[in-house]
Amino acid sequence: MSNLLLFPILIPLLFAIVLMFFPKNVSLQRSTAIAGAAATLIAAITLLVKVQNDGVQAITLGSWPAPFGISMVSDLLSVLLVLSASLITFFVILYSIPTIGEARERSFYYSGIMFLLVGVNGAFTTGDIFNLFVFVEVLLMSSYMLIVHGGEKPQLRESIKYLLVNIISSALFVSAVAYLYSVTGTLNMADLAVKIPQIESTGILTLIAVMFLVVFGFKASIFPLYFWLPGSYYAPPTPILALFGALLTKVGVYAIMRTYTLFFTMNTGFTHELLAIVSILTILAGCIGALAYFDVKKIIIYNIIIAVGVILFGVSQLNEAGINGSIFYLVHDMLIKAALFFLVGIVAVIFGTTNLREMGGLMKTYPFLGWVYLIAAFGLAGIPPLSGFPGKLLIVQGGFEGPHFWGSIIILATSLLVLLSAMRIFIYAFWGEPRETMPLEKTTYRRMLIPSVVLVIITIVLGVGAEMFMPLIQGAGEVLLNPSIYIDAVLKE
Amino acid sequence: MEIIMSVVIGFLFMAAVYLMLSKSLIRIIIGTGLLSHGAHLLLLTMGGLGGMAPPVVADGVSVADYADPLPQALILTAIVISFAVTSFFLVLAYRAYQELGTDNMNLMRGTEDYE
Amino acid sequence: MKTNDVMLQTATKVVIFIILLFAVHIFFTGHYTPGGGFVGGLLTASAIVLLMLAFDLDTVKKILPLNYVAMVAVGLLIALGTAGASIVFDVPFFTHAYDYFDLPLFGKTSLHSAALFDLGVYLVVVGVTMTIIQTIGEDE
Repeated sequence: MSNLLLFPILIPLLFAIVLMFFPKNVSLQRSTAIAGAAATLIAAITLLVKVQNDGVQAITLGSWPAPFGISMVSDLLSVLLVLSASLITFFVILYSIPTIGEARERSFYYSGIMFLLVGVNGAFTTGDIFNLFVFVEVLLMSSYMLIVHGGEKPQLRESIKYLLVNIISSALFVSAVAYLYSVTGTLNMADLAVKIPQIESTGILTLIAVMFLVVFGFKASIFPLYFWLPGSYYAPPTPILALFGALLTKVGVYAIMRTYTLFFTMNTGFTHELLAIVSILTILAGCIGALAYFDVKKIIIYNIIIAVGVILFGVSQLNEAGINGSIFYLVHDMLIKAALFFLVGIVAVIFGTTNLREMGGLMKTYPFLGWVYLIAAFGLAGIPPLSGFPGKLLIVQGGFEGPHFWGSIIILATSLLVLLSAMRIFIYAFWGEPRETMPLEKTTYRRMLIPSVVLVIITIVLGVGAEMFMPLIQGAGEVLLNPSIYIDAVLKE
Repeated sequence: MEIIMSVVIGFLFMAAVYLMLSKSLIRIIIGTGLLSHGAHLLLLTMGGLGGMAPPVVADGVSVADYADPLPQALILTAIVISFAVTSFFLVLAYRAYQELGTDNMNLMRGTEDYE
Repeated sequence: MKTNDVMLQTATKVVIFIILLFAVHIFFTGHYTPGGGFVGGLLTASAIVLLMLAFDLDTVKKILPLNYVAMVAVGLLIALGTAGASIVFDVPFFTHAYDYFDLPLFGKTSLHSAALFDLGVYLVVVGVTMTIIQTIGEDE
């Protein structure tokens, strides 16, 4: 089956279309959406097994020869991310059922989630810069629809800004693609990796590389392009926020990771130095935000920005430890962010507010929730043996081996701030005098808690069994560090 | 020809930035339209304005006469996307105007809901 | 305010068919020359919009009782089905089939599965455009 690597894109697409036919039948919507996400998950797992056994999978659409058609490539990195994205979408759908409300479910909510998954999986899989743009637009269109879904006033207001920022970054994307095409004459990533080293004028290529950094930086919310993220992500309800926080910025991170290892390596002294500095600034800016706010959603949202900085710092080191650490941390971060947003969402529902100052004493009434949150918070900060630890350890090691030892020191120091910001939620919401809580039905609570707990357990397994997952991570890192594996797989014919 | 196109693109970008910096939502939307037009023209110009014949195989046309089909295909895709985004933006602006009662971006600062 | 639409309405009754026929023409010429499902779909949508301008939304709904969202879904399904047929034959996705046939009346005709894909595009474009216009137009 040469088309296997397209299945994680096609299955959600098919289900998204089918879901459009019966918007009013809520129970059928729910079961179809769960079935679709489960099928995507199975396809992703099958693909992972296939890629691990047979190496990088590549296909060029429409039977065109390789550099001319649109190539789709699945190496271990992309398949790991596709798997995580499908897994998170599955849990987000489970979490949405008790929380999102029937009015939203009736108006193409699950369709929107499925289309978002199409865009995310497509962006992770594609091997063509312009096709990446198309898939990014697919996921952006679905995210526009989801961010404004329900049409509450803050949502309308914030979605206008979100839309505007993304339209500008899309126009920049097209411009950057135009420059790249005029210099290299190709847009196939593998072909670019062959052609770029042959071009002698590295100046203009450096400019193009920085343009792409700006474009992907808008999506990944790096410093100073993260300004839109806290406001926009704050507006939609928790399940959508979890989906966005876990997946959308990661697409930008993945795009930087791919382009900055595969072909924008002609002037690493400038581009990767810039990336390292920007990522450290991103971490610092995120820390300031995470400590400044007394709002549970805001605190976790700023933690997204911190994580983006940590991952990109690992990428900028361009050595084995840094890259492997980044890949591990990327997968960990997708899972832990979704889990944290789920848990914080439950806390917010219990208190009826997201303001930390109006919370307290939850440990007496919901002790289990408290312990699960504590584990997730430790995982976020990277306390061994939880899943944040191996990734961060490798990234820090990469920094010490590379030229930016000061970056590693900052990452270590900010880990404490991350822990502090996550513990503040624990201290304010779970300790102290019990405050008034909203009535919450036992069944609803349980249906919200189960997906959250399962996600936390998955992150624990990822952390404790890091040794078991390391071959996968190393295999993914190997492809990034040796572009020839990727090139050979795509241009084999 | 490329020089003229570059000037036109620059002008489009300039106008787009000017419009997007204004307070009225509808001007901002027109600005985004101009911005994507500029980006599309840039894509076309950067691909080279060489051949004039349509990139479809025909008798009596040598290879050098064909226009580069790739930028055209890319632009077509980009135009369709920007068409979709712009129409979505228009609907959103209309809904926002109804709900919020203003199209002034200054009055849409979302601070009152946060502390 | 009562408006006098007699001219517009009379002209529309004739012009609408010309536009629709032209849309079909554009749709099929897209095979080898400029045109195709996207432009054809926009033309069709513009014809329906003209109807809406000349008469009003409710009348047009009575003439064309279409669920445009379902139309989008059907179009996407046709497009996905055409592209996905390649999976059954185990060739790369989006690989199209084409051949020449001797059809009665038409003579030697080239038939291409891409036309089916374009039909999907056509339906999606009409559906999306009309959904947007109806959403804005409906509430006064």
